[in-house]
Amino acid sequence: MATAPIIPTENRFLDLDMPLMLDGGQSLACPRIAYETCGTLNAAKDNAIFICHALTGDHHVVSDHPKTGKPGWWVRMVGPGKPIDTDRFFVICANVIGSCMGSTGPASLSPDGEPWGMRFPVITIRDMVKGHIAVLDALGIDSLYAVVGGSMGGMQALSLAANFPERTRAVLILASTARHSAQNIAFHEVGRQAIMADPAWRDGNYYAFGKGPEKGLSVARMAAHITYLSEAGLTEKFGRRLQNREEKTFGFDADFQIESYLRYQGLAFTDRFDANSYLYITRAMDYFDLAEEHGGLLANAFARSKARYCLVSFDTDWLYPTAESRNVTHALNAAGLPVSFVELSAPYGHDSFLLDVPALDRVVEGFLG
Amino acid sequence: MNALHRAGLRPDLTVIADNVARGSSVLDVGCGDGTLLAALRDGQDCHTRGMEIDAANVGRCVARGLSVIQGDADKDLAFYPDKSLDYAILSQTLQTTMRPDKVLEELLRIGRKAFVSFPNFAHWRVRTSLLWNGRMPVTRLLPVGWYETPNIHHLTINDFRALVKERGITVEGRWFLSGDQNCSAAAANFRAEHAVFLLSRGD
Repeated sequence: MATAPIIPTENRFLDLDMPLMLDGGQSLACPRIAYETCGTLNAAKDNAIFICHALTGDHHVVSDHPKTGKPGWWVRMVGPGKPIDTDRFFVICANVIGSCMGSTGPASLSPDGEPWGMRFPVITIRDMVKGHIAVLDALGIDSLYAVVGGSMGGMQALSLAANFPERTRAVLILASTARHSAQNIAFHEVGRQAIMADPAWRDGNYYAFGKGPEKGLSVARMAAHITYLSEAGLTEKFGRRLQNREEKTFGFDADFQIESYLRYQGLAFTDRFDANSYLYITRAMDYFDLAEEHGGLLANAFARSKARYCLVSFDTDWLYPTAESRNVTHALNAAGLPVSFVELSAPYGHDSFLLDVPALDRVVEGFLG
Repeated sequence: MNALHRAGLRPDLTVIADNVARGSSVLDVGCGDGTLLAALRDGQDCHTRGMEIDAANVGRCVARGLSVIQGDADKDLAFYPDKSLDYAILSQTLQTTMRPDKVLEELLRIGRKAFVSFPNFAHWRVRTSLLWNGRMPVTRLLPVGWYETPNIHHLTINDFRALVKERGITVEGRWFLSGDQNCSAAAANFRAEHAVFLLSRGD
């Protein structure tokens, strides 16, 4: 089998020479932002597409993940001849602040030379977007061809469109929402409490001990992973099948395949993600309510926007269900903006936006034009 | 008027396209694959938007660069502001809605004017089919059997005339089509296969 062609990418860092003012009232002195680019920025600098990544994602959209060695998280969508075509577009993806994949986060060293830990200021989705804007400024890009994001990436894309309306001409939102619901917050709180209940968390000061709250982070990931899949998808993939055994053991080993799968997912996650980052980023998502930021009326958030919009939801996504996308669609409509919306049928639940859904490819390609 | 043969457009859509003012704003409810919207955008510089219930059709519209929302005429028109468009268009869709009268009122709330086209259930071919066969008619314009047709509220031209009169809606224009020919208003309820009305509300 031929190896996949390597798509040329550049991974760079931007070290801000001024503080990033945060919504919480604090500021982050000279943060670093890691980002990846793919494709060529044209002379007019008007062919840039900014991709916003999801909760546990990173800027390695097409390049291999440095820790796991796995291909970039959106190679099926982004690349030469793909729906987001890097032969035409200059694609940028930046690691969000608060993360642990190169941008400044709680695992980074604070000015006193020690890791930030829980001294890291609480950040918001809008704060992440301010970091993205800094990258655009550094690249000299006044206006994006489009900003694209799924899940938490969609929240950033909406926030960018609302708060920096002059910076993008199109907005593509996949499986996302304009506010975190009580149910969304509830699942995140389960994850955070699992991390904090792990004695190895040590109030966030685990960096010097060589071992973090892996058990807690693993449980957080297991709970979250369930929310990314659909009941039908789980049944189809695992059913009640047993894991490498003929009969139940009448014990608490991972008898069922689904248990074994979740344990593996949880454990694998601890190899690549920082527990404190998980706390901070889930908090930022919980605080997200775009209408609240704009006087309580979502349509007001888009009052200064002139972009065209496209929203996609998936019929099996119960984490950010279709009603959330419709809510945004109606607000954009009320604001008089050109908007398309479609609910696609796919069996994979919330994760559908990352997986093989040919109808999504057609919508993305068609909308980008 | 031989414009009834505009490239790729159904006769009723041709009538609508010919009578939409250049540069106006238009919502096509039940826009299908976006044929009419694309013609209005490309040929008449209209600001277009659409609503369509079928996801695959919405995908086709988006691929044509149109702004189309997947939605249901019975439920989702409520989210459009009053008089926010020059025209609201409902072509061959009225008879598929749960409450055609309410959809009609919504069109006139959203659009300053509304185009409505529908198949005429009193066309002579439908009448003779019912009379001689005693079965629900299956004709060129109504090709699907009773149990799977999306047309749940069949109506005649005279039914529609009565409804708009009862609701105090102004008829600004009407066209009656048999195949791709026009026919007179007097014989329309018998001879026309479908009708196009341009409506407004004088308030």
